[in-house]
Amino acid sequence: MAAKAHLLIRKGRVIDPASGRDEVADLLVEDGRLVRIGASLDAPGADIVDADGQWVIPGLVDACVHLSLPDSGRAGDVTSETRAAAAGGITHLAAQPDCGPVDSTAVVRLIREQAGQAGFARVLPVAALTQDLDGVQLAEMATLARAGCIAVGQAGAPVADALVLKRGLEYAATFDLPVMFRPQDAALAAGGCAHEGPVATRLGLPGIPAVAESVELARDLLLVEATGVRAHFQQISSRESLPLLRAAKARGLPVTADVSVHHLLLDESALEGFNSHCHVIPPLRGAADREALLAAVADGTIDAVCSQHQPAGSFSKTAPFPATRPGISGLDTLLPLMLKLVDDGALPLHRALEAVTAAPARCLGIQAGHLEAGRPASLCVLAAAESRTLSSHWLSAGRNSPWLHSRLPGAVKLTVCQGKVSWLSD
Amino acid sequence: MTLAPPPSSRVQLTDDGKLRHFLSVEHLSRSLLEDILDTAASFVDVGGRAIKKVPLLRGKTVVNLFFESSTRTRSTFELAAKRLSADVLNLDIAKSATSKGETLLDTLRNLEAMAADMFVVRHQDSGAPFFIANEVTPGVAVINAGDGRHAHPTQAMLDMYTIRHYKGGFAGLRVAIVGDVLHSRVARSQVHALNILGAEEVRLIGPRTLLPVAAAESLGVTVCHDMTQGLKDVDVVIMLRLQKERMDSAFLPSEAEFFRLYGLNNEKLRHAKPDAIVMHPGPINRGVEIASEVADGPRSVILNQVTFGIAVRMAVMSMAISGQESSQNPEQGDQHGR
Repeated sequence: MAAKAHLLIRKGRVIDPASGRDEVADLLVEDGRLVRIGASLDAPGADIVDADGQWVIPGLVDACVHLSLPDSGRAGDVTSETRAAAAGGITHLAAQPDCGPVDSTAVVRLIREQAGQAGFARVLPVAALTQDLDGVQLAEMATLARAGCIAVGQAGAPVADALVLKRGLEYAATFDLPVMFRPQDAALAAGGCAHEGPVATRLGLPGIPAVAESVELARDLLLVEATGVRAHFQQISSRESLPLLRAAKARGLPVTADVSVHHLLLDESALEGFNSHCHVIPPLRGAADREALLAAVADGTIDAVCSQHQPAGSFSKTAPFPATRPGISGLDTLLPLMLKLVDDGALPLHRALEAVTAAPARCLGIQAGHLEAGRPASLCVLAAAESRTLSSHWLSAGRNSPWLHSRLPGAVKLTVCQGKVSWLSD
Repeated sequence: MTLAPPPSSRVQLTDDGKLRHFLSVEHLSRSLLEDILDTAASFVDVGGRAIKKVPLLRGKTVVNLFFESSTRTRSTFELAAKRLSADVLNLDIAKSATSKGETLLDTLRNLEAMAADMFVVRHQDSGAPFFIANEVTPGVAVINAGDGRHAHPTQAMLDMYTIRHYKGGFAGLRVAIVGDVLHSRVARSQVHALNILGAEEVRLIGPRTLLPVAAAESLGVTVCHDMTQGLKDVDVVIMLRLQKERMDSAFLPSEAEFFRLYGLNNEKLRHAKPDAIVMHPGPINRGVEIASEVADGPRSVILNQVTFGIAVRMAVMSMAISGQESSQNPEQGDQHGR
């Protein structure tokens, strides 16, 4: 879509969790920058968007997206998936290092090129901490950062050797690179496909105990403390992990955390009937975990909420549950599910929006997720009162979602990504 | 938030509550389970006749689809199908064959082209028969012959038949299931069946490494780690097979210690009721979970279990075929009756 020099968005309810702003106002975008927010703005010659009755919020920042590069085995490609992101109000997304994998500047260039050509969203690659994510040999982190990676991580691949991890963290800290951890002890999780709890017991599904997460989280936190590296913990799933995070934050460690939105809405009971669309790693845990995670998002122990987008072709899910590929296609549902949490009374509106805008931007160390005059405009105009059945609007090539046929709140009307219109609904 | 996927009962039953697949005992009604046992009783005699056949499945094709090798279960299903006059095709699909690229769905589509009327499925993945039942052409019945750790409903029903045969019913019965419950699909199905049929108490006995987490709340059982306490006053003792490979993955220190603590010998059996029966789904490991003095002793009904197994499988197969016919085409079902 062609960029328009001037854009005036009128009479929307402007909600910017970072600044606390929540008022009906106009926004003026000039030359890609948000220049003014105020009442009754006038801009001769500007394109006018009537947002009366709609919300204007910062473009969403998704801290965990598994990208669809040709070797990834995932559905779609960078274009199809970033387009789904734009249609979902997402303007920035952190691409996990497990496709490629992101351990060479060639892969970083490929991702940036494809994302740049598509132009639907700002794709921020996360580099591999170890080559081929093997957990043994450090990747060229500094070079990868210079090529455009914003952080390093293992995308869930284990680093079993604590010495390798300690040195990796020291090396990353040398260049002030944040490290993304998805804590799960490989041996404790081996062979598992569901939360080790009453539902897996009844269904006879091999379990992944909650302690698989907290054991590794505890080790990682101690190494973070020892090395002073900035750390972001991804997709926390169990309530046992929360006291560890709280204690780390209370000690002043540079630690942030996120959770997938699915873990805030679903628990192990969603697996009844062997529903393979709910096969995800970390697994959906118990009802008490879900409630504790919601409370942790509300009180800020968990900073951000992400989609953990993993688009899969239909064949990946047409098999017996344990043989299906884990993952949920999440870009289409991140914003609607956050609105659902607000509608359900599970999260206050401003916190829910912050958790997908300013908070993940802070976790990733990027300038995004807020509406601030003078900065590149990334925003989303949203009819929050509308609801729709997603299947007919679904854009990701991966239709692997338990929500595909659900009716959810929110319809994105317009997305502006760094000053350019990246999505405009008909 | 519940997404309300179909509970297993809805997949297994016709709109008017008849069995059309047999995938799991869970969620089935007591009257349906009793119906299976009563129907099985009518087939027990068939094995004693000069001509051991009834024509209920004449002209039907039963495909034994075994993704995991099994001699005994497959043989009893084959015999059951033949005694019902069905044509039987045995397919042993080793795990390696499907990993060559053909998915389970591909395999299924190929077999449907053979116009099968029933798939008897054994698969290493929990839930596989549910997947097949949801994907299969309408009108084809699916019988679960064991899926992962999830269920082995025909084995459980033949065990229920055995218990009813020796104990007359389930009211007031205390049943102990001993050993490796964690990996046992048989135990899970037995627990559901016993609870549905109204047993007084089901006890699971074993070390914590071999019992699934949250068993008490999730399965409705009493959990016990001591044989003397666990066997006290029970009417039925069900011993589970202990796979040798459990020793390799730190579930247990040794066979010897397991036998010392949980192996059934006459000494431990003294704590059960004097008329308690001893069962085992087989094949037994003598000296590992059960002593020969018990396995071959007067309380053991292990060999009778095998005999009843054929009748129970005949019952389930004939009921599922009849359920499929009535739900597919009610009028045709009438014609068959004429």
